[in-house]
Amino acid sequence: MVENKGKSQKEKGKSQVKIEVKELNIWFGKALALNSLNLEIQANEILGVIGPANSGKTSFLRQLNRLNELELSFKMSGEAFLDAKNINQLKPEVLRKRVGMIFALPQVLPMSIYDNVTYGPRMHGINNKQELARITEEALKASFLWDEVKDRLKEFATKLSGGQQQRLCISRTLAVRPEVILFDEPCSGLDPISTAKVEESMLRLKEQYTIVLVTNNTKQAARVADRTAFFLMGELIEIDKTHKIFTAPRDKKTEDYIQGKFG
Amino acid sequence: MKTTTKQKIAFSMLFLCTIIVILPVLFVLGVIIKNGAKGISWNFLTTMPSDGMRQGGIYPAIVGTLYLVSLSIVFSLPVGVMAAIYLNEYAKDNLLTRLIRLAIVNLAGVSSVVYGLFGLALFVTFMKFGVSILSGALTLAIMNLPVIITASREALASVPYSFREVSLSLGLSRWQTIRHSVLPFAIPGILTGAILSLARAAGETAPILFTVAAFYLPNLPASVFDQAMALPYHLYIISTQIPNISIQTRYATAFVLVGIVFTMNIIAVVLRARLRKKKKW
Repeated sequence: MVENKGKSQKEKGKSQVKIEVKELNIWFGKALALNSLNLEIQANEILGVIGPANSGKTSFLRQLNRLNELELSFKMSGEAFLDAKNINQLKPEVLRKRVGMIFALPQVLPMSIYDNVTYGPRMHGINNKQELARITEEALKASFLWDEVKDRLKEFATKLSGGQQQRLCISRTLAVRPEVILFDEPCSGLDPISTAKVEESMLRLKEQYTIVLVTNNTKQAARVADRTAFFLMGELIEIDKTHKIFTAPRDKKTEDYIQGKFG
Repeated sequence: MKTTTKQKIAFSMLFLCTIIVILPVLFVLGVIIKNGAKGISWNFLTTMPSDGMRQGGIYPAIVGTLYLVSLSIVFSLPVGVMAAIYLNEYAKDNLLTRLIRLAIVNLAGVSSVVYGLFGLALFVTFMKFGVSILSGALTLAIMNLPVIITASREALASVPYSFREVSLSLGLSRWQTIRHSVLPFAIPGILTGAILSLARAAGETAPILFTVAAFYLPNLPASVFDQAMALPYHLYIISTQIPNISIQTRYATAFVLVGIVFTMNIIAVVLRARLRKKKKW
């Protein structure tokens, strides 16, 4: 099934729309967090989402795997589609298996490295030890963590450094073989070297996955994103090829934000 | 007055109050050990009472208390933990759940003799279990439910919210998430609460007074529908109802009761410390 998926993505070519959002409004209580958002995300691209605090970028991201609905005060209107299928018509478990997420702080579970990586697959019914070992190696290699931890997979994951923990989280998400990966400010707590490693793995991952990267660090978007969207006060101000956003933005507000005049 | 002097006075006051807290405990323990320790023997712990309970041991009371305590936890732990999971993980914040929460807090404050009368009305009379171990254990279980629910909810709430998000984001169902990413990390707190509630159940007299406790039984209970003797009630009887019983027997009985309760509390503390060390985040 996994191979099929890869093939079909390639066959349809680079311009295939992976995610489409139409007239999406999100409220938390009475506060409007996202205001009539329309955008498309192509398969195998990295879409960078930048914007100051309260710009709605995280609400947008958490809508794509429907984590928003855990909030009691959450309300929405509009639609979001994954492969032309309305995500609200999918079971949340099915959707979240296809759309993985990396959180701002490395959220390793208090168990061994191996148990962290295999957590998803085990819960999804894979019990075969060899299969799990293979998945672990594959997932850890994809996040460039394998060489650092291959001899101590049984060690407690919380003993790893922050950067290693975040890459472990990436491996854990990869292990359930998603199609889309959402990064929610994944490097906000990391040092520059760890950040570079995470970015390197993102660039490698886009060959197989579609990536949405929310970041407070505009330079990070400039480094890794194919296209970049600028959000402000719950509205999408501008979305375009990254180099255009950073060199010749259409909107004055985008320019001001990128140049650090506010934010 | 100098700042340092004021500080010294404040510290002394605080220290004194702390001492006042532990003094009664030490005093009670001291008196019980001094007067009761000599009465403890293998014979005392393992033989039936004789001569109108003036001689012999307290074996049936110990057995009865152990039966009651273990049967009550069989009822109260699953119900309490599951109710706590529902309230903490699933329930929406509406009028009903707020009422339930309020009810639980209030139940914890109801005096134990009220539970005893409730057990008499519901289990003994209405459900026709009679005065039996079953009725007593159920009454104790209900008395302990608020304690177990509150402790379990606190334990569940102390598991970081991010564990749930991580687990859900990997495509697990809510139940899988609770079962594998929340409950394992809440177990130390839940167990501690359960053991502490057991210790309370072991020591209470009022709830078992009308529901199970027997003045004297020549034989051990054969089934859960039999009456049983129990330590706290036995202690009450030999202290107030039976003349010419030696002080030492009374204190030795108290020693055993306090010993059981203390042992359980210590187990709870040690267990919590050990499990905490294992599950660190």
